[in-house]
Amino acid sequence: MSHVAVSDARPAAPAPHKGSLSARSLPRWAGAGFAVVSIALAVGIGLVFGLQSKVQWGLIAALLFILVSYAVTTAVENKRQAKDRVATSLVWVCFILAVIPLASLLWTTISRGTKVLNGYFLSHSMAGVPGFETGGGVYHALIGTLEQVGLATLISAPLGLLAAVYLVEYGKGALAKAVTFFVDVMTGIPSIVAGLFILTLMLMFDLGPSGFMGSLALAILMLPVVVRSTEEMLKLVPNELREAALALGVPKWRMILKVVLPTAIGGITTGVMLAIARIAGETAPIMLLVFGNQLINTNPFQGAQSSLPFYIWEQYRVGSDAAYDRAWAAALVLIAFVMILNLVARGIARWKAPKTGR
Amino acid sequence: MASSIATDTPPPPAPASAQRRKQSTGRAGDKIFLGLSRGSGIFLLVVMAAIAIFLSVRAGIAISKDQGNFLTTFDWDPAGSPPVFGIAVLLFGTVVSSIIAMVIAVPIAVGIALFISHYAPRKLAAPLAYVVDLLAAVPSIVYGVWGALFLVPYLGGLNDWLDQYMGWTYVFEKTEVGVARSMFTVGILLAIMILPIVTSVSREVFLQVPRMNEEAALALGATRWEVIRLSVLPFGRSGVISASMLGLGRALGETMAVATVLSPSYVLSLHVLDPGGGTFAQNIAAKFDESNQLGRDALIASGLVLFVLTLLVNGAARMIIARRKEYSGANA
Repeated sequence: MSHVAVSDARPAAPAPHKGSLSARSLPRWAGAGFAVVSIALAVGIGLVFGLQSKVQWGLIAALLFILVSYAVTTAVENKRQAKDRVATSLVWVCFILAVIPLASLLWTTISRGTKVLNGYFLSHSMAGVPGFETGGGVYHALIGTLEQVGLATLISAPLGLLAAVYLVEYGKGALAKAVTFFVDVMTGIPSIVAGLFILTLMLMFDLGPSGFMGSLALAILMLPVVVRSTEEMLKLVPNELREAALALGVPKWRMILKVVLPTAIGGITTGVMLAIARIAGETAPIMLLVFGNQLINTNPFQGAQSSLPFYIWEQYRVGSDAAYDRAWAAALVLIAFVMILNLVARGIARWKAPKTGR
Repeated sequence: MASSIATDTPPPPAPASAQRRKQSTGRAGDKIFLGLSRGSGIFLLVVMAAIAIFLSVRAGIAISKDQGNFLTTFDWDPAGSPPVFGIAVLLFGTVVSSIIAMVIAVPIAVGIALFISHYAPRKLAAPLAYVVDLLAAVPSIVYGVWGALFLVPYLGGLNDWLDQYMGWTYVFEKTEVGVARSMFTVGILLAIMILPIVTSVSREVFLQVPRMNEEAALALGATRWEVIRLSVLPFGRSGVISASMLGLGRALGETMAVATVLSPSYVLSLHVLDPGGGTFAQNIAAKFDESNQLGRDALIASGLVLFVLTLLVNGAARMIIARRKEYSGANA
């Protein structure tokens, strides 16, 4: 659309249809054509030089694609169009580069994880199973994860919700500014630092490892995420609703509870679920505070527990084939858990989204 | 974009203060609710302060017993007699691995952000953005296991290639034979992990480029790339910088992915392809099990340094973002 007038503006350019509005341009299928040509060339080069790795074939094809499209576009159209085409290809390459690891990771996890993943694996602990032998399961870790994440949610969801209400409905002045800034900074706290902080508390009060200590650290990690997403959602609630409620003489706290929060509840739920998905995969604090356990411990307040991410780490460290299989299977369970939470959360967000007009 | 609506219409103005005081005396509910919500906000600040204070106290205990220099010692042996430990190697490794990650991730992330905001077909843009966000949903330990069992064997070839053709740069020279459990591999893995955050913040900025600027460039006959170079990138520069710093903050503190992939050593080396080195978080994860009381305090001391480092980086990034209040990557 934009290249129409361009070649006329350049007196030096060899414009074949001088004076006409349509400069010489490549057909729309040119990109596909370049791709076919460069892939064919790459396969040819790969076969001739006997390159083993398909990755090399791909790289050669990509390089050729960029070279061919630049050369042809320069010849047929002009340098500026050629640059535009190269930029387009590079941007596409960037996106593909991001998808490759995701696809590879998912594929590896699924293909290796399904080996030992079955009902037995989900319903048995590692009690009495030496690390380098087959058998055993993930039941104790599942219980640990559910309890620790549940407790962390119980702590941080109400706190985060209230803090967000404060920021949106009441917050003015220095305190609100400080809270906003530190919520943002807090999202960047490394999980291991949160773990170390709870560890200092444990050392100070002489407490033993337990699931609850882990959930405290997870709560610290979860809190800023909940505050931030809830804040965004509360800001979306139209002010007319607030004004209407206040005009009817409703006290502010009832207005917040009965009008603002119900309106935003979809988005808030989404935010909390995304936060849960984020902390469910945290290993570092669990390692410092919960210690891991081969047996089933259903009491999060007493004694060491396991958790899914920690279990993966533990099995990885054993280093035998059987343990690797278990690690992949547990990774598959964890990824499935996190991804389902993510998908459901975003589904809720889309379904309940207030109309924003954009 | 969500918050722009709220900024158009600020919360309802409070009634005159005298009137409000009279009203709220009769409304205990209001007071309790305000107290609760303000209390939660204050609690958040207290937690941040407590983290800094408690870590500093334990770190102080550890450093006072350290017989080496905490900043320059190349060893980590708090259990020895005399106890000697220092963060030189860890600080170096943390910075180097993060820099590698940034060098790889930032250009790609900017490319992806441009792809989603300006190149992808309209209808596909949202699902494609979601695909990139999925990268953020994968737990770090899974990245670690994938990196160690899948990526490390594959990178052997790349490492040899780099050594062969880029070895003259010293940085890419390989002096040890071994699997690719090196800083370079860690950097690649970290790059993949920080892609989503850098992408999503950059994307938000690119979407905010005034439509007029782009259309003006188009009207002057600019190609799509020229529109981006002339109007989108200059507008988004500060946003991209802060997005990169947020990514840097993540990369600095990443634990499990580094702990699974790296084969650590307390050697300071710029040969990024050689196995060895260490990062703060990785060292804590690796040494915690075997640590005695002093060892734990020493790890806490190194954690404090990491905390301060990430705090500075994130704080700076947030300051830059705060100047342009409309977007934030916190909920990404």
